[in-house]
Amino acid sequence: MSLNNSEAVMYNDTVVRQFSIMAVIWGVVGMLVGVIIAAQLYIPELNLGLPWTSFGRLRPLHTNAVIFAFGGCTLFATSYYVVQRTCQTRLFGGSLASFTFWAWQLVIVAAAVSLPLGFTQGKEYAELEWPIDILIAVTWVSYAIVFFGTIGKRKVKVKHIYVANWFFGAFIIAVALLHIVNSAAIPADFMKSYSAYAGVQDAMVQWWYGHNAVGFFLTAGFLGIMYYFVPKQVERPVYSYRLSIVHFWALIFTYMWAGPHHLHYTALPDWTQSLGMVFSLILLAPSWGGMINGMMTMSGAWHKLRSDPILRFLIVSLSFYGMSTFEGPMMAIKTVNALSHYTDWTVGHVHSGALGWVGLVSMGALYYMIPRLFGQKQMYSVKAIELHFWMATIGIVLYIAAMWIAGVMQGLMWRGVNPDGTLTYTFVESVKATYPFYALRLLGGLLYLGGMVVMLWNVLKTASNGQSVNVPVPPVAAHA
Amino acid sequence: MDINTLRIIATVASFVVFIGIVVWAWSRRREADFNEAANLPFEQD
Repeated sequence: MSLNNSEAVMYNDTVVRQFSIMAVIWGVVGMLVGVIIAAQLYIPELNLGLPWTSFGRLRPLHTNAVIFAFGGCTLFATSYYVVQRTCQTRLFGGSLASFTFWAWQLVIVAAAVSLPLGFTQGKEYAELEWPIDILIAVTWVSYAIVFFGTIGKRKVKVKHIYVANWFFGAFIIAVALLHIVNSAAIPADFMKSYSAYAGVQDAMVQWWYGHNAVGFFLTAGFLGIMYYFVPKQVERPVYSYRLSIVHFWALIFTYMWAGPHHLHYTALPDWTQSLGMVFSLILLAPSWGGMINGMMTMSGAWHKLRSDPILRFLIVSLSFYGMSTFEGPMMAIKTVNALSHYTDWTVGHVHSGALGWVGLVSMGALYYMIPRLFGQKQMYSVKAIELHFWMATIGIVLYIAAMWIAGVMQGLMWRGVNPDGTLTYTFVESVKATYPFYALRLLGGLLYLGGMVVMLWNVLKTASNGQSVNVPVPPVAAHA
Repeated sequence: MDINTLRIIATVASFVVFIGIVVWAWSRRREADFNEAANLPFEQD
């Protein structure tokens, strides 16, 4: 690659800025919907008696908004930022990157309109109807072209593909595969379709998708974030590059098989359930490999946690990652699952991963990038980052503690049997016993949402105080 | 060939490949390259 001295090539940070700002905005929106449905569980009348605002329609809106709008925009922003800087080249594909931004926003808006209207394929985390699914597939393929194209044209002197890009790359490929296979459907009408699979096969395909959405969308992608932003913020290279390679391949080889643990004690063949359980247990090793690698990068620099709230977001997110990836394999054991399944324990588990790991690591990465994208040394208010950290952390602890207690209690009540074989409790008794914990969960969610609103204010202040800056790609060395 | 034989071969082959990756990652020859790669985030901003 040769370039004229007079015209320096710039990183394409416009698309990174767009995705970063929208990540924060969609974060507020998605978490607000979460708080609304948490409030509906406590005060059912808050559904206003309207179909569009009922729990069943708003719940998929919440999950889609936080996973694909907040999480998705964060992943686009960070992967575009990281791949350019570790390959030392501008994004490949010209305006295709911009297309991925606008198309992804269109997907989000289409979801926000169609889900409350009641259009759904009825598959968890894959509710969107077939025309939107096609748009997602087109956007995702464009994303892959931009990302892998950038890796392909990396500078000659950059021999290696940095480990963060391996994780981002696996996330992009796996999500394409999962989305296309699971969304295969026969359209019956505009916005109405039937799954291409039937019966227990349909359930298995769905949870193969569902668990790998956790494994690749919510884990591999965010590990990519961790592998760039933790070393950058600590200012030292990752603890063990070897470990990063081994736990990467261990994750790849194992995650694809863990889906059946969502279908314990169902019509799924017993051997498939046991297989899913065993692979879920094995998953503890690669998950903790990543957690330990991130944590150990801190060794010798632990004192930085005292003064650096961004680092605190990143490191506490890793603790939640370690905690929820211990809890997950445990819950995949069939006998434990017999207690935990269908209870609020599952909801608590998901949120310790989602709020604790995915949420906090995203916020840390966004707090790192946003001042740099707007030509600022740091965020408008560092005190506000601190405040956000504590609101988020206390919110998570309240949320998951409430759901753990509620879940175990429900599981024990449902299995309580009298000496004559009748059930000790009616179902409604377990609902009544859960009631106070729904209030506690609402409080936790409100705190977490409040922290996100503080972040939005801080981000808007930072952006309006600074200006969009374009960073030049470092010039090619003479010998290259 | 029985489909199960194929499945066994695929499983065993995957396991062998994984062990190969572990051995490769821990071989001394890779050390310098890995150090170089680990420092990529600090090359430029």
